Amino acid sequence: MTQTQTKLVRIVTAGSVDDGKSTLIGRILHDSKALMSDQVDALSHARFSRAEEGDLDLSFVTDGLESEREQGITIDVAYRYFATPQTSFIVIDAPGHEQYTRNMVTGASNADVAIVLVDASRLHQGALKVQTRRHATIAHLLGLKVVFAVNKMDLVNWSQKVFQDVEESLKRLSRSLGITNPAIVPINARSGDNVVSKSPAASWYQGASLLDILQNQGDGTDLSELPFRFSIQRVVRIDGHTKAAQRGYAGRIASGQVAVGDEIFVGPYRRPTKITRIETYDQSLDRAEAGQSVTLYTEDEVDAARGDLLTNGNVAYANRITADLCWLDDQAWESRRRYILQQGTANITSRIESVLHIRDMQDLSEVRGDQALKLNDIALVQLQTQTPILADLFQDNPKTGAFILIDPDTNQTAAAGMIRGVA
Amino acid sequence: MTFFSRLLHLDRLESEAIYILREAAAQSRNPALLFSGGKDSAVLLHLALKAFRPENLPFPLLHVDTGHNFEGVTQFRDETAARLGERLVVAQVEESIKRGSVRLASPTASRNAAQAVTLLESIETHGFDLLLGGARRDEDKARAKERVFSHRDAFGAWNPKSQRPELWDLYNGRLQEGENFRVFPLSNWTELDVWTYIEREKIALPDLYFAHIRPVVRDGAYWRPVTPVTPAAEGQLVEHRLVRFRTVGDMTCTCPIESDAADVSAIIAETRLSTLSERGATRMDDKVNEAAMERRKREGYF
Repeated sequence: MTQTQTKLVRIVTAGSVDDGKSTLIGRILHDSKALMSDQVDALSHARFSRAEEGDLDLSFVTDGLESEREQGITIDVAYRYFATPQTSFIVIDAPGHEQYTRNMVTGASNADVAIVLVDASRLHQGALKVQTRRHATIAHLLGLKVVFAVNKMDLVNWSQKVFQDVEESLKRLSRSLGITNPAIVPINARSGDNVVSKSPAASWYQGASLLDILQNQGDGTDLSELPFRFSIQRVVRIDGHTKAAQRGYAGRIASGQVAVGDEIFVGPYRRPTKITRIETYDQSLDRAEAGQSVTLYTEDEVDAARGDLLTNGNVAYANRITADLCWLDDQAWESRRRYILQQGTANITSRIESVLHIRDMQDLSEVRGDQALKLNDIALVQLQTQTPILADLFQDNPKTGAFILIDPDTNQTAAAGMIRGVA
Repeated sequence: MTFFSRLLHLDRLESEAIYILREAAAQSRNPALLFSGGKDSAVLLHLALKAFRPENLPFPLLHVDTGHNFEGVTQFRDETAARLGERLVVAQVEESIKRGSVRLASPTASRNAAQAVTLLESIETHGFDLLLGGARRDEDKARAKERVFSHRDAFGAWNPKSQRPELWDLYNGRLQEGENFRVFPLSNWTELDVWTYIEREKIALPDLYFAHIRPVVRDGAYWRPVTPVTPAAEGQLVEHRLVRFRTVGDMTCTCPIESDAADVSAIIAETRLSTLSERGATRMDDKVNEAAMERRKREGYF
């Protein structure tokens, strides 16, 4: 990994339990030479290993907890790191069980691409499992690129007919979610066929190996090309009480660019001011862009504090928004309760006014009505906030269009939210 | 539609760590930064300066001292804190032993696991509600599972089966009374990232990270250092070897590797070629049991 390398790909695995997600991650790491010899050694005599004599249980590369190994399942997300000459990867192994969906959402929110695995040997006439649909839905809602891997092809003798049936079902699922032209790759994670390099086992398959597809996808949108957004993390005071006292605003640029002399606006009331200095620990900059942590100094005393937002003025604020929610709390939504909405560094009191629809995972239809929201539900809701919030749509700007809801009594993170519109 | 930033690899990691440090300070009442003098905590401290200078750090440095430190490490710790003008709090495992909250199997037994007890006592004494640590996910399979903001209950215990969801970079640092957070700004860094950053930023480290001659004895796959608390057994052959430490911890469980890497760039070259993991090559405490790290963390270890 070198300083000049800029391409970062964050991958999360998804799909139903036992479809081979952890084994696939283990295989990718193993075949990319990303496992150290002592780690391979530890796998060869791991307790609870399900591998045959002389073989490795690759799922244990990421299933590192005792109870995961004992039960042969993934409970929570594991993060692994490796690099090829072109790309540095973060691979996030997520659990398949429905009860651990919130952990899968955690993993997906930190990824750019989801590999949704399907077990070719356990589908009847290509019928997909509920968890496959649920995970593909979550990945798509969170803005991830979705790649499908049809696993355990060896168990169906690499039958092209079986693959085509599954492929047809995945294309139908993709159409109903609005995913266009998804890559669908036949693989065997255990043996490595079509994972890192192409396998002769499926001569009928014309596409690339899974890793090549992950490596060679388009870059997407450059965050620095979006409008300027900056959440204040901390107010810095220099020379605290003297006349020359100056206040700076420390934070990380969520999107866009900022330069000395730029006119910027504070919060929903759009007090304008000008940037006079952009500072880091050891440098004064003329300009800075998305991703950089900097301290901004302004021309006027603008009375801005942690949680306030600085923008370029090209902006919409609203008290009522519509949003997709993934409900993550064991405690169901209570219609009279208020929740803290955290967006950037802002914490705003909010309540869910109505549930517009909940998604049915059997057929992905949208069920209307004010049902209760409970653990693992995915719903479109209308939210009201006490003060206006920045209404960037998640699909336009995932850095500012995302929020979480916090239960103020238990402090639990109750939901992950994505702004979809102004109500 | 996916999105990306144009930052270079180390710049991205640095900016993320600064963001996490500022969130940790803003969302807690009484935080502290764990500083042992080891390379990861030296990098973390450097990043804290980047996050908060020109002001003083909004937290003290905290070292849980086993009393079994290699030469030069405590001096480095004290000199660093003094040079920066930052407050240093040292919690001694020795004190916990005197109080009776730590009981060792033998006087020379490893004090590594006992650190958790002293750490929890220190949290209680000082009322810390958030501790920043230099742990990285690539160090160990249990650490690979941990959140950036890792919630600990009133007993300081990590419950890996019911971790709080952690969405995007929206960290929820809210606590009930008595609970605390461990926050890991270097979560996404690898050993190689740490060394390349040390080189770029010219971060000072204790000498024992660099190749030097040291008396050692062979112990299975390891070269075990010969020290006052780990003397050679009778009849054991003491050899003087050119070695360096890849990790620096308690003398009773940390082993050096054979190496002639005398400066940071030589270490980077060696790290790129290494076929052994960092802890696998150096830590005897992880070899006791497959889930050694997970068990320690459940008991309150960082």
